Amino acid sequence: MLPSRFLLTPHCPTAPAPTPTPTHPGGARSPGSVALRFGSPGGVRLRRGRGSAAVAMASDGRVERIASSIRAIPNFPKPGILFQDITTLLLDPQAFRDTTDLFVERYKDKDITVVAGVEARGFIFGPPIALAIGAKFVPIRKPKKLPGEVISEEYSLEYGTDKIEMHVGAVQPNDRVLIVDDLIATGGTLCAAAKLIERVGAKVVECACVIELPELKLTHATMRISCMNKGQMNLTL
Amino acid sequence: MGEEANCDAVMEAGNGNGKAKENGHATAVLAMPDVKADDAVVAPADPRLQGISDAIRVVPHFPKQGIMFNDITTLLLRPGVFKDAVDMFVERYRGMGIAAVAGIEARGFIFGPAIALAIGAKFIPLRKPKKLPGEVISETYVLEYGTDCLEMHVGAIEPRERVLIVDDLVATGGTLCAAINLMERAGADVVECACLIGLPKFKQLGPMQDFYKLNGKPVYVLVESLEYEK
Repeated sequence: MLPSRFLLTPHCPTAPAPTPTPTHPGGARSPGSVALRFGSPGGVRLRRGRGSAAVAMASDGRVERIASSIRAIPNFPKPGILFQDITTLLLDPQAFRDTTDLFVERYKDKDITVVAGVEARGFIFGPPIALAIGAKFVPIRKPKKLPGEVISEEYSLEYGTDKIEMHVGAVQPNDRVLIVDDLIATGGTLCAAAKLIERVGAKVVECACVIELPELKLTHATMRISCMNKGQMNLTL
Repeated sequence: MGEEANCDAVMEAGNGNGKAKENGHATAVLAMPDVKADDAVVAPADPRLQGISDAIRVVPHFPKQGIMFNDITTLLLRPGVFKDAVDMFVERYRGMGIAAVAGIEARGFIFGPAIALAIGAKFIPLRKPKKLPGEVISETYVLEYGTDCLEMHVGAIEPRERVLIVDDLVATGGTLCAAINLMERAGADVVECACLIGLPKFKQLGPMQDFYKLNGKPVYVLVESLEYEK
């Protein structure tokens, strides 16, 4: 049973009235992503992922501080979009430390061998987790940034496509991978990252994001539901 | 990375005791946490530096012919070595009253936050144009062909706050100069710039020391790469 959530909708720059959790086919959503949700000030809810670690987090005061440190910028990068800016979280050393600690506590006993971070904000949150749990860090980058041999995965945008790349050999078939980004909206980028990992024969254990934007994901509900399988983001587009 | 015209990038660096390796591998330099820039004291190389140097791979002709690219992603695949690199910076900067670590997009984002977390400082991302939402200040700088631009959020740093600037590598120093300028325009006190790798493009013969200087600010590097052709 999901707790009710107070959501900031992307197209509503002023503080909204609380919005009940929309229902949609498929019931529980993205059991594979642990997102620290936030909403109107004072209304912070942690949505439960699989596993008992999430239960302890729900009453953890750290989540409130983290949520309140994130600022929303209206009409960025274009009109109608409410941008969730984590740079203010990074200016609060305690909140940043708490964010890392919460992820480390969840993943340290899951035999994660690789943390893959999606350029560029995944580069901020991923490496501290990797360092703390003794995992490799693998950057997943925009095209032409990685030197040497790469594999690429193209994915759809609202208009057109984009592409991300990973070094050949960075991830091995027996690796257990955590994918990290600051935010999940449609899941397109995380999907593409998961595909890269799976193409080299490794396993995506989970995707971890600081922020989830559930409203945007509703437009791709069928995509997400058909793909969710034991917490892995195996999206079939 | 290209030539910078506006920045006084006088680099003074010395050869360390580190073993020079063949085939394009980086040479370890001394890390001397207690030595001031003007001293010429020699100390034994930190044993962690060899592993750091060995973990960096040089990729020829990237992004274009003639450039030997120093790739730190292979270091990130060795958790112990990645940790050593971060630890060496943390040991140096802990206790120096540094309020903020600024990291240059994108590879400065990989190293800067871990240092910031360990020393209890804020992390400030310095980004390419139009990535940061809200109010920013911008610094344009000169490349070999054309210009580039670095941005920082207004209010990220307060006047007189002590700041460390981090990137994976310093070549001409153009990007680091732009970062220093951003900080100083905001009234901050740049304590030092820290990079894993230094390319001694403007290295001058001088006393044995492993500090570069950019705009009068010291640049601290862990390893020096001699394999760089333009």
